[in-house]
Amino acid sequence: MTQPATSLALPADWRDFFALTKPRVMTLVIFTGLCGLLAAPGSIHPVIGFTAILCIALGAGGAAALNQWWEADLDAGMKRTANRPLPAGRLKGTDARDFGILLSAVSVGVMGVAVNWLSAIILAGSIVYYAVIYTIWLKPRTPQNIVIGGGAGAFPPMIGWVAVTGDVTLMPVLLFSIIFMWTPPHFWALALFVKTDYANVGIPMMPVVKGEKSTRRQIFVYSAILLPLALTPWFIGGTGLIYAIAALALSLAFFALSLPVSFRQSGQNDSMRPEKRLFAFSIIYLFALFAALVVDRVAANQGWI
Amino acid sequence: MNPDEDTEFRKRQKSRNWVVGGILLFFVVLFYAITIVRIGD
Repeated sequence: MTQPATSLALPADWRDFFALTKPRVMTLVIFTGLCGLLAAPGSIHPVIGFTAILCIALGAGGAAALNQWWEADLDAGMKRTANRPLPAGRLKGTDARDFGILLSAVSVGVMGVAVNWLSAIILAGSIVYYAVIYTIWLKPRTPQNIVIGGGAGAFPPMIGWVAVTGDVTLMPVLLFSIIFMWTPPHFWALALFVKTDYANVGIPMMPVVKGEKSTRRQIFVYSAILLPLALTPWFIGGTGLIYAIAALALSLAFFALSLPVSFRQSGQNDSMRPEKRLFAFSIIYLFALFAALVVDRVAANQGWI
Repeated sequence: MNPDEDTEFRKRQKSRNWVVGGILLFFVVLFYAITIVRIGD
């Protein structure tokens, strides 16, 4: 508690609880989950579809709150995160923890009752994966933390898909794999230009532990794998030409932007422009790729192609 | 607690109550809709 003992603590602002859910990350989670749901074969009642997306969002919010509760001390030491509700002292740690548990439990329960239990189990798995396996266990221990953490972000389209179909097939696994492979170059591009922050709080980020050169080489490898992987849904006949063209163009652009990042070394007071450009494009990439997936499905359903 | 703090305290309490009330109302409507859809299955 940051207030003097003599004064009654102000009730936390509801906006701080909202901020705990990492709303900006959640937009990507909602979007990819919705795309998985819309691209899946079959139909779902709009109310149940809405509930599925709501549960994915609540689950992601709960996991984010638990993540911030656990990492409050680390966040306090980094410029980018020091003003979050917990390190800034606007919220109590136990409140954040309880809020995270509540959101997680409600999301899984409602998903199971209203949608189906397979998607609820995968949602529960994704929350435990992010909040426990990633945040508590592996993030502070291995520089491969981002590779492992990428799995958590890769669940939403799979859950959206399974909400419609009720079973796990190759397509949702591919959607999972695409985000899984996209995450390391996306996040390491960021880590390259904020690496001093991570070094200060002792998180073993790849650029800090293995050095820039190794990180850049790995960005290259993941970007190179992403190119054919993004096209695989088309290779296996799961999507049409619209997706194939979009995936090829976007992945080529992603790969092209990763090249200058992969084969250079930063100097003193480097502006890190290639890294910032790759990071910015990586967000557009994921939005556009999943949007193409939905457009492709709609076009196929309407008989346009 | 001085008057300014008291005002801020009440303001926060009130805004939180509104948000919690809104969320509860939303879930009432949502569960009603889910029930109707599920009955129709």
